[in-house]
Amino acid sequence: MPMIEVRELTKSFGPRVALANVSFLVEAGEFVTLVGPNGAGKTTLLRILATLTRPTSGDLLIAGLDPTKAGEAVRQRIGFLSHRTLLYEDLTAEQNLRFYAQMYDLADGPARVGELLERVGLVERRHDLVRTFSRGMQQRLAVARAVLPRPQVLLLDEPYTGLDVDAAQALTDLLGELVGAGCATLLTTHDLERGVAAADRVLVLARGRIVHDEPCRAIALATFSETYRTLTAT
Amino acid sequence: MGFLIKVWAIVVKDVAAELHTREMVSAMLVFSVLSLLIFSFALDLRGAVAQAAGPGVLWATVAFAGTLGLSRSMAREQQSGCIDGLLLAPVDRSAIFFGKALGNLIFMAVLEIVLLPLFSALFDVPFLLPGVLLVVALGTLGYAAVGTLLASIAVNTRAREVMLPVLLLPLAVPLLIAAVQATGGLVEGASLGEVGGWLQLLVVYDLLVVAASMLTYNYVVEE
Repeated sequence: MPMIEVRELTKSFGPRVALANVSFLVEAGEFVTLVGPNGAGKTTLLRILATLTRPTSGDLLIAGLDPTKAGEAVRQRIGFLSHRTLLYEDLTAEQNLRFYAQMYDLADGPARVGELLERVGLVERRHDLVRTFSRGMQQRLAVARAVLPRPQVLLLDEPYTGLDVDAAQALTDLLGELVGAGCATLLTTHDLERGVAAADRVLVLARGRIVHDEPCRAIALATFSETYRTLTAT
Repeated sequence: MGFLIKVWAIVVKDVAAELHTREMVSAMLVFSVLSLLIFSFALDLRGAVAQAAGPGVLWATVAFAGTLGLSRSMAREQQSGCIDGLLLAPVDRSAIFFGKALGNLIFMAVLEIVLLPLFSALFDVPFLLPGVLLVVALGTLGYAAVGTLLASIAVNTRAREVMLPVLLLPLAVPLLIAAVQATGGLVEGASLGEVGGWLQLLVVYDLLVVAASMLTYNYVVEE
């Protein structure tokens, strides 16, 4: 069963069409990278998949469930990393994660929070307010927040933003583990090299449409860069 | 049970954030004391004048200071996109309304715990009567509820700081009239039965606002 199933999805903001008849599937344990230029509709698509924005038309199933009918069950299965951190700057790192653990009904909340703080290298700063963190540290905590509920579907909007080399590698390792455990992952990025290297499949979104869908193992980066430029040229 | 745990988690989160910064309650308190002084000089609040104008001054102060707190409370959710974090949680979205409203109610209650004795002492008006406290509780509940709903709407608009009072104050007029009338009657020595009509209006207003918020909050916060 596909974990993300999108059929003929359209989203309009007034007269402007942000997404037009977008269709694709992501299977369990599959890592798909979505690339596209600024304004292509990547963030809008991820927000629709995360149930934060309602599509104008089309069908969407997450883990076989329709978000309009089973919103809570769908959200229980989703981890979402936005280009904003979704963290309370006036709370500590630990308070943020504990709050979200309660919102997701995690039975092992405190243990899970400790494990993730260790994993993202913030255990020493667990009692510090998030507003005292650098952008990179906030992003690491945001990654911990996104994977906290052990999601079956992980939606990542530019997750490498602000991360240094070590933190980026740690994120890549973490994503590899999640995908290995069966998590369907959809990642948006401007970084073609990283996006292609990590993924099983790459989708190109341009002017609100999926214009290219190719398995990554078949891709030579130099050729793909040329293809990408051609596909996204206005 | 899970619903209540999540409502409480939102309340605890808001209180914890406020304890770290103390910016919301302190701004509300400073504003209240300043408006108290301004009203005092402007209306020469002594004796019979204080008795007559006191309830209106009290509720005007609570309403304006409450608006400050409501605005800040939702601004905190907007910061770093935290409202999205709440909307992503697997819970009926009315839990977000109840959590935020209860948090706002607590902050307004803290303000009133300081304000009522101060008003009573400065103007020699007996605000610390059980009946008045009941009116304050009902009025504050309704104001926090309707304010939370409208702050959630206003926060998504471009002129969010201006929009909240523009939306809130007209809708709070029935509540404020009932609260001022009931408080005025009680400080002048009327019994609860004698101001029963105003109390009923407060209760009906509170019930309607809470019911309407439960039914509409999902649409209010969704894009």
